[in-house]
Amino acid sequence: MSALGEPNATAMAFFGIFIALTLCITIWASRRTRTADHFYAAGRSVTSLQNGLALAGDYMSAASFLGIAGLVARSGFDGLIYSTGWLVGWPIVMFLIAEPLRNLGRYTFADVVAARLRQKPIRIAASIGALAVIAFYLIAQMVGAGNLIRLMFGLPYELAVVIVGAVMLLYVLFGGMIATTWVQIVKAVLLLGGATLLAILVLARFDFNPLTLFDQAAQQYGESVLAPGGLVTDPIDAISLGLALMLGTAGLPHILMRFYTVPDAKTARTSVGYATAFIGFFYLLTFILGFGAMVLIGREAIVAVDAGGNMAAPLLAEALGGPRLLGFIGAVAFATILAVVAGLTLSGAATLSHDLWVNVLRGAHASEAEQLKVARFATVVLAVVSILLGILFKGQNVAYMVGLAFAIAASANFPALVLSIFWKRLTTAGAQISMLTGTVSTLVLIYLSPAIQIDILGNEAAWFPLRNPGIVTIPLAFLVAIAVSLIRPEPESARRFVEQERQLHVGAE
Amino acid sequence: MSHSTLEAVSAARWRIAISLTIAMMLTYFGFILLVAFNKPLLGKLVAKGLSLGILLGALTIVVAWALTWIYIVWANRHYDTSIKGLKR
Repeated sequence: MSALGEPNATAMAFFGIFIALTLCITIWASRRTRTADHFYAAGRSVTSLQNGLALAGDYMSAASFLGIAGLVARSGFDGLIYSTGWLVGWPIVMFLIAEPLRNLGRYTFADVVAARLRQKPIRIAASIGALAVIAFYLIAQMVGAGNLIRLMFGLPYELAVVIVGAVMLLYVLFGGMIATTWVQIVKAVLLLGGATLLAILVLARFDFNPLTLFDQAAQQYGESVLAPGGLVTDPIDAISLGLALMLGTAGLPHILMRFYTVPDAKTARTSVGYATAFIGFFYLLTFILGFGAMVLIGREAIVAVDAGGNMAAPLLAEALGGPRLLGFIGAVAFATILAVVAGLTLSGAATLSHDLWVNVLRGAHASEAEQLKVARFATVVLAVVSILLGILFKGQNVAYMVGLAFAIAASANFPALVLSIFWKRLTTAGAQISMLTGTVSTLVLIYLSPAIQIDILGNEAAWFPLRNPGIVTIPLAFLVAIAVSLIRPEPESARRFVEQERQLHVGAE
Repeated sequence: MSHSTLEAVSAARWRIAISLTIAMMLTYFGFILLVAFNKPLLGKLVAKGLSLGILLGALTIVVAWALTWIYIVWANRHYDTSIKGLKR
């Protein structure tokens, strides 16, 4: 009945075109990647519209495209809770983070935290948080890639994981941030274009009026699909999830790194404006697509293909445009994963080489050639690790891992970053212990939560009642940073804060 | 001379940033709390096919757009001018 799960010639063709185009971009970019500034920050030459698209590209994962459309198709309104949660972090990034980050750092967010504190302890603690976020995010993406490609094209899981790892390695290794940025831009345009096209095709069946579509869904499945359902049962858990999504966005290493690719703080600011516009528009589209799939395909048919509903958007594409459109949307979803994985790997490589190798092991004395060599070596290591993790976690339930990545980003990275920018009395020990507390407490509480204890280990009860630990771990990380800093002040740090204040607004002069 | 100006710029930037952050948080967590505590209210239809919940959810996205727009307009008009003054 459905061509889903069979090798699809159109999908292969579109995907082949995407690979060929992005590899050409990579060759072009490799000729322009001569210094660490090029490799990590694209020579700081990206425009605000380009960076806005690239930020959106880094952020709009296959999980948010297929996952939210599927959640809406299954439960209606509830998908909107995730869509809003994933968007509202962006204004926070703009108000609190983007411009100071651009003015105070070079390649990683640890640059900013370490700017006026003692380098080594801060870099080590920040790297642990950053690498934990990247690892869990990568696992979720790689497992998602393997499953998606098996479901859509019938390719073996392992082969799909290896293809994603290998192509991503080519982008990052040779083209650095210049290639990665352009891959994100191409992917963002394809994804926004594909989702818009699908939404138009859906709305064409409902007089171009979303309300007619929603009304049709309510007539078919009852008015409950327009009302909050079972997703939010525990209000504290819902707030906790919301906090992690909102503040975690402002602590994701691969997102923060993008602000170094633009020439100045004003461009960084404008680029978040574009990103917020694109991402919000995209989430409104997925809401339409989810309801479209619910009405035009039917819930039973969607769940029959994949219990999680993840195939709602591809099935919708097939119903509206035949195997061709299915192929196109499938290729877009694959390209989406590839681009997100490339961005994650590059930020991981920056952490390993810039933070740990250059600034911790080599005391910030490394030649341009050495920096590039180490960054590329770290890229290869990360690509191999991500392929292995993808294969290791085959068949496992990794649904909680993106939430975990956001929770660590919100608890380990965000508090230290914000306090280092805005609070004069923050000390080295305060920031360091805060980042470690944020990482460790999040990992421990997730392990003790129902998501692991009940869903995965099959125990009857969990030690910790919440699925999302953010409401505990985020305030804890702030409190620890403030308490430790107040108990043992660091006059040198406070003095350098006053000097830093000027650079925060004016930029490096 | 520039020190007091820098302090003023810092204070103004911080005031705007924190006010807009709080506005975003109130909007979003207000929406989530309604979802958690008053599901029947959000299920009420305000038009054929449009529940209050969907309307407020979409409005949350619109508020996010509006707040970023307000910040950009403020920064382009006032903040950038003050920074030029600082650089001089």
